[in-house]
Amino acid sequence: MLYFSKIRIFLITFFTLVFVYIFLSNFIKSDDYIFSKKINLGLDLQGGSYLLLEIDNSPVITQKLQNSIPTFKKYFKEKNINLRNFKIIEDEFLAFEVDDDKISQVSEILQDKEDNIINQYYPRYKSHKFDFLLERNLFKLNFSKYGLVEIKNSSQDQALETIRRRVDEIGTNEPSILKRGNDRIVVELPGLDDPSRIKNLLGKTANLTFRFIIQGSEETFGSEMLEIEDDSEEALVSKRIILSGDNLIDANPSMDSQTNETVVSFTLDRVGAKRFGKATSTGIGKRLAIVLDGKVISAPVIRDAIVSGSGQISGGFTFQEATDLALLLRAGALPAPLNIIEERSVGPDLGQDSINAGIIALAIGFLLVIFFMIIKYKIFGLIANVALILNLFLLVGILTLFEATLTLPGIAGIILTVGMAVDANVLIFERIKEELLGEKNLLIAFDSGYEKSKTAVLDANITTLLAAIILFFMGSGPVKGFSVTLAVGIFTTLFSVYFIARLLTSIYVTKNKHKERLI
Amino acid sequence: MLLKTNIKKDLYNMIKKLPFNKFYKLFNSISFLLILLSIFLLIFKGLNFGVDFKGGTLIELRATDKSMTVTNIRDSLNQINLGDVSVKKFGKDNDYLIKFEKKDFNNPNFINEIKTKLSSSLGDAFEFRRVENVGPKVSSELLRSGIIAICLSLATMLIYIWIRFEWQFSLGAIAALFHDVIVTLGVFSLFSLEINLSIVAAVLTIVGYSMNDTVVIFDRVRENLKKYSDIKIFDLTNISINETLSRTIITSLTTLLALFSIFSFGGEILKGFSLAMILGVFFGTYSSIYIANPILVFLRVSQKTILKEDKD
Repeated sequence: MLYFSKIRIFLITFFTLVFVYIFLSNFIKSDDYIFSKKINLGLDLQGGSYLLLEIDNSPVITQKLQNSIPTFKKYFKEKNINLRNFKIIEDEFLAFEVDDDKISQVSEILQDKEDNIINQYYPRYKSHKFDFLLERNLFKLNFSKYGLVEIKNSSQDQALETIRRRVDEIGTNEPSILKRGNDRIVVELPGLDDPSRIKNLLGKTANLTFRFIIQGSEETFGSEMLEIEDDSEEALVSKRIILSGDNLIDANPSMDSQTNETVVSFTLDRVGAKRFGKATSTGIGKRLAIVLDGKVISAPVIRDAIVSGSGQISGGFTFQEATDLALLLRAGALPAPLNIIEERSVGPDLGQDSINAGIIALAIGFLLVIFFMIIKYKIFGLIANVALILNLFLLVGILTLFEATLTLPGIAGIILTVGMAVDANVLIFERIKEELLGEKNLLIAFDSGYEKSKTAVLDANITTLLAAIILFFMGSGPVKGFSVTLAVGIFTTLFSVYFIARLLTSIYVTKNKHKERLI
Repeated sequence: MLLKTNIKKDLYNMIKKLPFNKFYKLFNSISFLLILLSIFLLIFKGLNFGVDFKGGTLIELRATDKSMTVTNIRDSLNQINLGDVSVKKFGKDNDYLIKFEKKDFNNPNFINEIKTKLSSSLGDAFEFRRVENVGPKVSSELLRSGIIAICLSLATMLIYIWIRFEWQFSLGAIAALFHDVIVTLGVFSLFSLEINLSIVAAVLTIVGYSMNDTVVIFDRVRENLKKYSDIKIFDLTNISINETLSRTIITSLTTLLALFSIFSFGGEILKGFSLAMILGVFFGTYSSIYIANPILVFLRVSQKTILKEDKD
């Protein structure tokens, strides 16, 4: 165990030096590709906000059921089957009735696996888009498990895009927006300690429609009562959509020169401009409701036909509100409402305080352990300490190389590694002491000390590694950072003990092999 | 011949050195009592879950002048109808921790409203340093995955030791781990210390550490079992504990040095974590000696147990 070939000595030295260099690159400015890497600081250390958003897919599901009604009608009509009494039950089932003699034909079509346009079949899930129940001549369809997965995945994709556009518009520093599961999205915003504006922006679906207000006070099939914002009144609004937010190509806050009011001016795409022109020319004198997320934000009376493809939304906005609305309109609507289900924000000075505290704790813990080892093991303590210092360099070096994220618990993991890393050397040194009781030849005693302690050292480290791996997969956020440093720390510890410390021990022992009471 | 008697003499001294095994029964009863007491506490007093696991809002507030007190912060917050508000000093004199179970979770201006309310009654001399908001769904998921993680780590250790040693060893190790986890949580329950995500991390690390300690002694027990066929397991465990004792003490010491350093200098956020770890290191070291080993004795582990393993 004590013999090292020249090539091994070279490799150990080389490897160690590379990582020491990478470690140092955290503190030095460099343009070099590998060596310009820096360790990432977690949100708890650099300050910032973490938001976990959950997509509420239930309106999407109802909407999809609603949207499939015309498709069903048309498809079966072509097959000379008449579907009657379409209904949406409990926002979950699409129900319709058929003539008794057509029941089997309809169920066959619904169960068809080849090119089924009406009830898509997903071969990879071995499932249809809809499951259905048959109660006499009443069909009740609901989305199957995988049909729901498809819906969730697609609304998650859309939401992710919209969120990214909205966050980018605000221009925060390197935001990270990631999917989690199939109905959640994680937004991390470094450097932003007050996320209320972002939360405001993400909390809005921004579903904009232009529709006519109609006379009357009763809801009918084609109209609905909607609240007017900043007003206790309600208005009866047609369900027919003239324009939606999708037709907008640009929106900006501006000042109306006549009323001195802050408004949002918008520009429409070609289709939108055409439709808007047509609607406004036929609807002069009518009121046009501008509906945002189910609320009428303003309802101007149409005075002239607007054919230019641009217009204004006024609604008594403050400049900030107009800016945000314009931003939302530019970024587009979310497919479904989002709920913020977890939020963690850390101010930058708390982050800095945590870094300082972490570094002080590390320095003190380190010094205490180093003093202890020198007092206890003298020259071998020194060897263990050299290994310990290099271990720290290796650990931070590897974290830097992989651009891992360092969190406050991660720093605690490094300090803990310092305390536990000497364990391997202690095990070995204690074993060597025991071996020396019965063995006069120093080299043999050292050699068998290393050899016999090997299983204990490995087992002891593997158990900690197992715990760290479980923590990595089950833990979340900053705690994950702890498991990473703990796990990497085990590998660097083994390296520093079995290569660095053993090499130094070997050099020292070979030079002093005739001395008594070496350890 | 001379050598053999020498070894015997050494061994005799070793057994005499520190008679851990004489107290197996005493400490076993104490451990048993501690576990029962901890389970009792966990059932009847429960754990003080933080926002991570209970849901709700946490605000760390720093006052920039001395006019703020726990009482006037609480009074001013009570006017907003937040339900049960807890306000505590946190570390430095002018840092406070505010916790409550929030109701309207989806109001994005909620935190700002609290800020406005506080500044209207207490002035502007404060800042929010940290805000954590955990919804009920997330908190119950976090709790569940925390519990799964701890159970999974125990199961993994059980299997690992089973593979590396024999089932008797694995049983001893797992009993020691169980003791460490339960008693540490018991202490947290007794003093109503807060359980958050970092405590789960601490518990898992304790599992790793305690295991580490147990494995080192077990490794020696196995080695000694191979060496001496005529020494009873009762004495053999004692020899093994004594042989590895200096290592046990030194490693616990250096780990504790590091942990005390985190506890004293690492800031308020790491206090709970390092405290749990400190407790865990104590219990882990103790249980390796007084739970893991007596179980080997109880299960009548002998040279045969090990040789059978070699035959397989």
